[in-house]
Amino acid sequence: MKTTVKKSKYSKKTYLEWYRLMLLIRRFEEKTLMMYGQQKIRGFCHVYIGQEAVAAGMMSALKPLDPIITAYRVHGIALAKGISANQVMAELYGKVTGNVKGKGGSMHYYNKATQFYGGNGIVGAQIPQGAGIALAEQYKGTNNVCVTMFGDGAARQGALYEAFNMAMTWKLPVVFVCENNGYAMGTSVERTSNVHDLYKIGAAFDMPSEAVDGMSVETVHEAFTKATKHARSGKGPYFLELKTYRYKGHSVSDPGKYRKKEEVQEYKDIDPVKVTEKAILSQKIASEKDIQKIKDAIKEEVAAAVEFAENSPLPTPEELYKDNYVQEDYPFLD
Amino acid sequence: MSRIITLRDALREAMSEEMRRDENVLLMGEEVAQYNGAYKVSKGMLDEFGAKRVIDTPIAELGFAGIGVGAALNGLRPIVEFMTWNFAVLAFDQIVNGAAKYLHMSAGQYNCPIVFRGPSGAAGQLAQQHSQTFESWMANVPGVKVVSTTDPYDAKGLMKSAIRDDDPVCFMESEVAYADKGEVPEEEYLIPLGLADIKRYGDDVTIVSYNKMMKVAMSAAEELAKDGISAEVVDLRTIRPMDYDTIINSVKKTNRLVVVDESWPFAGVSSEISHQVQRYAFDYLDAPIVRVNAKDTSLGYSSVYVEEYLPNPKRVIEAVKQAMYV
Repeated sequence: MKTTVKKSKYSKKTYLEWYRLMLLIRRFEEKTLMMYGQQKIRGFCHVYIGQEAVAAGMMSALKPLDPIITAYRVHGIALAKGISANQVMAELYGKVTGNVKGKGGSMHYYNKATQFYGGNGIVGAQIPQGAGIALAEQYKGTNNVCVTMFGDGAARQGALYEAFNMAMTWKLPVVFVCENNGYAMGTSVERTSNVHDLYKIGAAFDMPSEAVDGMSVETVHEAFTKATKHARSGKGPYFLELKTYRYKGHSVSDPGKYRKKEEVQEYKDIDPVKVTEKAILSQKIASEKDIQKIKDAIKEEVAAAVEFAENSPLPTPEELYKDNYVQEDYPFLD
Repeated sequence: MSRIITLRDALREAMSEEMRRDENVLLMGEEVAQYNGAYKVSKGMLDEFGAKRVIDTPIAELGFAGIGVGAALNGLRPIVEFMTWNFAVLAFDQIVNGAAKYLHMSAGQYNCPIVFRGPSGAAGQLAQQHSQTFESWMANVPGVKVVSTTDPYDAKGLMKSAIRDDDPVCFMESEVAYADKGEVPEEEYLIPLGLADIKRYGDDVTIVSYNKMMKVAMSAAEELAKDGISAEVVDLRTIRPMDYDTIINSVKKTNRLVVVDESWPFAGVSSEISHQVQRYAFDYLDAPIVRVNAKDTSLGYSSVYVEEYLPNPKRVIEAVKQAMYV
């Protein structure tokens, strides 16, 4: 897969925002891995490094209140949907100042103010939920589209087929997004089905579907613009297979030995952060100084997030009993 | 004013009244709309509320339960009908990992006001896969509430509360009780979740039960009365949160307890009650607690198997006599 830099169709503001978000996610995730190594962060931890163009190209094409639901590789989308680096890092540290008071950790982030629905740790379970979120938007008569994200592994779950079927039957305003990074944990897409082109799954439901270069932020933006326009107009779901890549293993405990070094390098050559920086400079969209300013600001933002997390208090044990029920006087057993 | 109506009518009245009251309430499931419900619980609701609010789904329990969960997170109050709770097993991921967890995972940002409802328990000669009870399964999970009843009056008041509840509620009915009749007021009323009801007062022994096993318990109590044994019968109505106070106060009065529970014995509803009673009323017990459960086996088709498997008045009477040393 080759990504070529086209003549810029987008504004300086758009390019710099793409670059800022991608670099923030990249630097944040690098820091996450470092702090995991220091055992400041525990549990399962899946980083987004390599897939940043998906988040950036998607966000620029959405309306602020378009709901998003995704899986457990969620730090990047959480940052994109307006959860501060402080809150994301403090959550990884299990601190009470974290996005969900240390209750969720790496896999569970939510932001009701921007309609961000997380953060789901059961592979594929969020696919029907995303269709349901879209059903509620349709029911209430809003013009919002629910972006329902999942990985290539989840594309083999039965929940997907049931949700695709109902979403098409009821013409729900949903864009289904498969972030195909090639591997379901250690099992390649080719080893899990006879159908290797995931976008073809949509054909069984007559759902408009296409494969997209997920390493190119411009291409991702264009695909989302087209898909959301379709879903927003009342025509029903759209399915995007975004071909992307994760440079790291499935999780921090996975060295990723099932992949050849050359394969990882091939993708690093089309790294979205580098490619976008190069495009900005070569096409004189912005200056070296503009780029450096973003780099400095992000370095500071990530360092501040670590400091915030380090200095934040842990939750009290009593917090564990809160938020099981809305009912405040629920009689728990002891 | 009250009139005599069936369980299915009572459930339909509860859902319809709540749908008239709150436009965010909707009903979805297999055959609920055009077919008027597999057991006619939703008869006529499509005509009144239209296809937007009474939604026929394909046979895809996992999928439509998940769509219900998503809709509930986003401000609606779905009632998801399962043709039977046996089929809901396919949807347990969405109930247990989804509905029950969102409030906690999101630290209070997203609640999931949804009702999952349908019949639970054996309903004749339906064999292994259509005869199970799920009260103890679901009640094991923090984050959900569980209601189980076949009494028309209780069912209507509890269903209205379940729909208005801001937490997920699993509501369990019975295929063999939908035609059961009972007195139900014409005026609106609600019954709060979490309260048991003493359906018969007595002094010698407490019998605790729920759902259609209440009929077995009541029938046994009548027989026992002929032998001069006065049984108090407690209907749990809500399984989670359970009304331990009512059970324990009754045991403190009668000093003897029999639990009639269609769950399997291992970690069933009766196990939980037995634990609580030995802990909080140990000194009041004059005999070990006796329980009458469905037998610890899968249920086969033949009428002989059904007869052998289910609690019946005879087994309850024997259990009471065991608890009374008579």
